[in-house]
Amino acid sequence: MAGPAAPTAQGEATYARIVRPLLLPSWLVIGILMVLPVCLMAVYSFLTKEFRGGVIWDFTLAAYDQFFVTRGLFGDEPAQIEWTYILIFWRSIWQAAVATGLCLLIGFPTAWFIATRPQDTRGIWLFLITIPYWVNLLIRTVSLKFLIRDTGPLNEALMALGVIDGPLPLVNTNLAVQLGLFYSYLPFMVLPIYAAVERYNFALSEAAADLYASRLATLREIVLPVVRPGLIAGCILVFVPSLGAFLAPDLLGGAKTFMIGSLIDEQFKGSQGNWPFGAAASMILMTLVMAVLMVYARAQAKGGAR
Amino acid sequence: MQTAMTAAVEIINTVKRYGTVTALHGVSLTIADNEFFTLLGPSGCGKTTLLRLIAGFEDVTQGEIRLFGDNIASLEPNHRPVNTVFQHYALFPHMTVLDNVAFGLKMKGVDLATRRARAGTMLEMVHLSAFADRMPGQLSGGQQQRVALARALALAPDPKVLLLDEPLSALDLKLRQAMRVELKQLQEETGITFIFVTHDQEEALTMSDRIAVMSNGRVQQIGTARDIYEAPVNRFVADFIGETNLLEVEVDAVVDGMAQVVLPGGHRIACPSASSAPGRHHLSIRPERVSLAQDADLRAVVERIVYLGTDLQLVTRLDGGVPFTLRLQNAARVHLPEPGATVGLHLEEGAARLLAD
Repeated sequence: MAGPAAPTAQGEATYARIVRPLLLPSWLVIGILMVLPVCLMAVYSFLTKEFRGGVIWDFTLAAYDQFFVTRGLFGDEPAQIEWTYILIFWRSIWQAAVATGLCLLIGFPTAWFIATRPQDTRGIWLFLITIPYWVNLLIRTVSLKFLIRDTGPLNEALMALGVIDGPLPLVNTNLAVQLGLFYSYLPFMVLPIYAAVERYNFALSEAAADLYASRLATLREIVLPVVRPGLIAGCILVFVPSLGAFLAPDLLGGAKTFMIGSLIDEQFKGSQGNWPFGAAASMILMTLVMAVLMVYARAQAKGGAR
Repeated sequence: MQTAMTAAVEIINTVKRYGTVTALHGVSLTIADNEFFTLLGPSGCGKTTLLRLIAGFEDVTQGEIRLFGDNIASLEPNHRPVNTVFQHYALFPHMTVLDNVAFGLKMKGVDLATRRARAGTMLEMVHLSAFADRMPGQLSGGQQQRVALARALALAPDPKVLLLDEPLSALDLKLRQAMRVELKQLQEETGITFIFVTHDQEEALTMSDRIAVMSNGRVQQIGTARDIYEAPVNRFVADFIGETNLLEVEVDAVVDGMAQVVLPGGHRIACPSASSAPGRHHLSIRPERVSLAQDADLRAVVERIVYLGTDLQLVTRLDGGVPFTLRLQNAARVHLPEPGATVGLHLEEGAARLLAD
């Protein structure tokens, strides 16, 4: 069999003649849909903004300068660090982290529950998990707002039960945004963890118990380390889209919960936009995401030493 | 060990049901301290279930399990002073070999230096010191097996009882035979009670002090290797352990514990019998306890002669078409009949064993 692994001259000739053309579609998809847009974005972030939206082809660092540096309201003061956007980023990271934590807290037991059902019923549980995702994210997010608003069923029920006197102000809070993100991305946590737990060899738990480990110690010392790749994959799949999300913060949060996604969204809307600035913010966001993925890759490599 | 023995494990009328399926029907047995005790039987006989009940991985439906006198049936596995060597070892894949062996000590709260030293000693015992920093996935099956053993024994002499669930079944033949000797030696050196589960009768016969033969969730017979081979109590045991010829025979009368048995062909012999009821019974005759002779108890027609190296196997048919096999030593002077010849078969003293069912 000639293939990429065959080091013979004949193998290489076959590789060039047959395998390369077959790989072309995937190269095109990756090139046109992934590499090209990112390059465009990178180039745009160094261009000059045009006032009605759009760009002028003059290369400048103005967008990055605007993001990180301030020179006062009229641009005549000494340069200082601009905290506005860094704070928005920081808040976004925090919101995404809390949402990821919530997803992990709920997602792990859920995945464990499903993976330990009899084989023939697991499919049904997974199906139930995915049902809400047949509905558009926008509609689900708006519905969540109706559920948690002052006159919504949650507050009414709590008041009827006498738990609270007045409605809990949930809408337009950080909590609402975190809840929205949590609800949006929970399946992305459940599914990879489910896949990991399903492969978990339960004899390991028995062996741990046999060697005097309590249930908690078994979870800490054996289960979590062994299913860790699933946990990390789930966290990334929730954290990364949460970081750039704009529906949940827009609909459930207020001005105080402004997040990266909304910031970028605004730059490309109508005549108020600033394309280079939006592109620069996107590039900075992408750099952050890359950093997260590299931490993951390192964690994987460490776990892969087995 | 037989005199004034201390009971390490007592299984008292233990029943295990899974829903409507009964895996164990009221099993009772006592395993002595320092004993190498084997649970032997075909798959599905309940031997692994019994082991898991002792380890605490399953709850008993009824009955008691005592460990040195204490009823442990309601204890969680991590509170039972027994350790297990699992069939597929169940080594922790994310820990080094040394950390695997030290795990039980860590859970017992032993400090790092002590447990590392102890784990190192255990690895030395199983000749794996050089592999302490490897991951289990980098070891061969035989090496993993020894790590599992070292891990389970690391708290010795504290686990007074070691449970072994078919630990050799995943190894190849040569290694299996070597490990048999090592296991037996280890058991004698450590003085720990071993409860060994296997479906391999050769394993059971070569290592065990005593064997419990199980089938269909019941203990069929408990005894030494010699007991169960030479004096099987029923058809299952006679058939399962080694080779045997099972003949359906008529018992005329039982006088003073001796049954008058009518063999196929009409010849009569006397057999010791526990039961006193005349009627149809089964007779077990081991192939190697029969010889060719003129003065015959049975007459048979030779069908085939199979050459086995040290032995020769004669496949014959008795009067009435019942198949009967005998084994002769491959000695220089054996005069072999031709296939098709009629031969006389002589049963050695005590060769025929009347079975209870």
